[in-house]
Amino acid sequence: MIDTLIHILALTAPVAMIFASLFAFTTWLERKILARIQNRIGPNYINIPFTKFRKTFGLLQPAADGFKMLVKEDIVPHGADRFLHLLAPILALVPAMMVLCLLPFDLPFANESMKRIHAAALDNAVLLFFGITSINTLAVFMAGWASRNKYSLLGGMRAVAQMVSYEIPLVLSAAVVIMAVGSLSAQKIVAAQSTHWFIFTPWGLAAFFIFFIASLAETNRSPFDLPEAESEIIAGYFTEYSGFKFALFFLGEYLSIFAINGLAVTLFFGGGNGPWVQAHPWLSCVWFLAKIFGLIFIIIWLRGTVPRLRVDQLMAFAWKFLMPLSILNLFVAAVALKVQQPWLTWPLCALVLYAAAHGLSRLQQKNVGPRTYQYAE
Amino acid sequence: MKLLGSGIFKGMAVTLENFVRSYFDRDRKHHLFTKEYAWKSDAPADQLPARADTTVTTRSRNFPMLLHDGKGSEDPMASIRCVACQICERECPPQCIFIEKEYDANGKFVKRPVIFDIDISVCMSCQICVEVCPFDAIVMNSEFELSNNDRFNGLLVRRDALLKSNDYYHRIHPEEAQERDDRMAREKAEKEAKQAAADAAKKKAAELAAEKAAELAAAKPKVDPAAPTATPQ
Ligand code: SF4
Ligand code: SF4
Repeated sequence: MIDTLIHILALTAPVAMIFASLFAFTTWLERKILARIQNRIGPNYINIPFTKFRKTFGLLQPAADGFKMLVKEDIVPHGADRFLHLLAPILALVPAMMVLCLLPFDLPFANESMKRIHAAALDNAVLLFFGITSINTLAVFMAGWASRNKYSLLGGMRAVAQMVSYEIPLVLSAAVVIMAVGSLSAQKIVAAQSTHWFIFTPWGLAAFFIFFIASLAETNRSPFDLPEAESEIIAGYFTEYSGFKFALFFLGEYLSIFAINGLAVTLFFGGGNGPWVQAHPWLSCVWFLAKIFGLIFIIIWLRGTVPRLRVDQLMAFAWKFLMPLSILNLFVAAVALKVQQPWLTWPLCALVLYAAAHGLSRLQQKNVGPRTYQYAE
Repeated sequence: MKLLGSGIFKGMAVTLENFVRSYFDRDRKHHLFTKEYAWKSDAPADQLPARADTTVTTRSRNFPMLLHDGKGSEDPMASIRCVACQICERECPPQCIFIEKEYDANGKFVKRPVIFDIDISVCMSCQICVEVCPFDAIVMNSEFELSNNDRFNGLLVRRDALLKSNDYYHRIHPEEAQERDDRMAREKAEKEAKQAAADAAKKKAAELAAEKAAELAAAKPKVDPAAPTATPQ
């Protein structure tokens, strides 16, 4: 019993630690990439305290930010629901940390007995993942509700609508992979991709696109950052959060980005599979992280490129475009898995999926004409 | 037929180009405009360049300053361009300019501000004051080291601190300053030409009138000046 507990701790605590420290690095990365996209330099001078050395490439910026957040005053609005106001950031962070432990992240030092526990706990990892991440919606709405602020509430409402809607294409696109592997276990999904990643199949590619877009919406990233749209509703659901609670929200947000991208890597990019993994098993977690950061780079790149959607566009996109497409993709995948002939499935699947996507987008644009402005010239 | 999602990929290509090029733009001309901060400790204090001249690009602007045309140590108030017309004070959206007109001993307005304060803790750097000033008297400065321990007086910039020479303006925003100077010169020339034309026309009219009068006088010398001529009632 005690042994099992220690093993579980030994397996989960490092994962939480690794990702929490990568969070700091990711905020720095995000600032840098966005700055370069906008032809700026980004943070590049942070003094090492008590020295004159300051050319740190801004790598100490997260430390400075963190320190600032910790020493800030914790303000709870008058009339807010104090208990829920405190609970919301915790509830935003905990599920994100929990699902990180579900990822098939092979720690280099894990021995056989540890791995057995790991594997046992993960028989239905993918299902559990979606179950736990949906708590996040509750946390966001709780924050919006408890703050007693119109903007927070608006942000919370937007978040609920958005996260509930995008969960459907997210799960449906993941279901394709589960269908192909025949298991919900993350380890088995990874093992099934040891030679051929699912991204290199037509249905896998389509499912990845849908999954990626839906995961952007799930984690409130640009261009789906409506719940925290700073130019519209100040900061959305965390308008009234400051100091440490804000830091928790921030951390939770980034951890859920790691988690959902970790799942994308598991489902479509073969998890920790990669060159030289057979010879050096410790490389597997490096590959895993490298793939996650590849996806994170794309996310930041997208943030630097596309503007935010409107609320009605956002909902229409989920329900009228992504959902039909992901359902169609299920059928396409079923056929492709039966046929098993790459030279035949590739052109056929690509044609069907592209035609469907094109038709759906046409359908949505039907009523879009030149705009008429009532007040502005 | 446009490929689905091609707009997004095109946009991403543009941002990626900027991202990559910003690392190879050595002379910081096209893809990286930032000039880095000239740290104080890197040079002895007396060799420090004037900060805003060297560490800021010509496109940078943050708070307004007042211009004068004096050179060197001349009294800036002698050539201050501002005539205290208070247009900028009225137009400033957050109302952070305060102007008081100057009167001489006889109570006559001498077209200079005796007080001209800008509260830079309120100013939002919108440049509207610059746009509305009809006398090119107020322009944007790029001085950025404005941190201060005194939150009230330290951030209220007084007239004498706001006054900068046109030469300084040429140093920090060369193109803009040149353009402004050219336009002012052109407008002045136009105005003079107009004035000269008007003067010439007036002179001609006067000559004509004199000629006519002389003619009239020659033609009708017997008219009684007291008798009213036929004026329409
Ligand atoms: S700065 Fe220009 S607009 Fe403002 S009072 Fe002086 S002359 Fe008038
Ligand atoms: S820049 Fe804008 S806010 Fe600042 S003083 Fe001028 S008009 Fe006022």
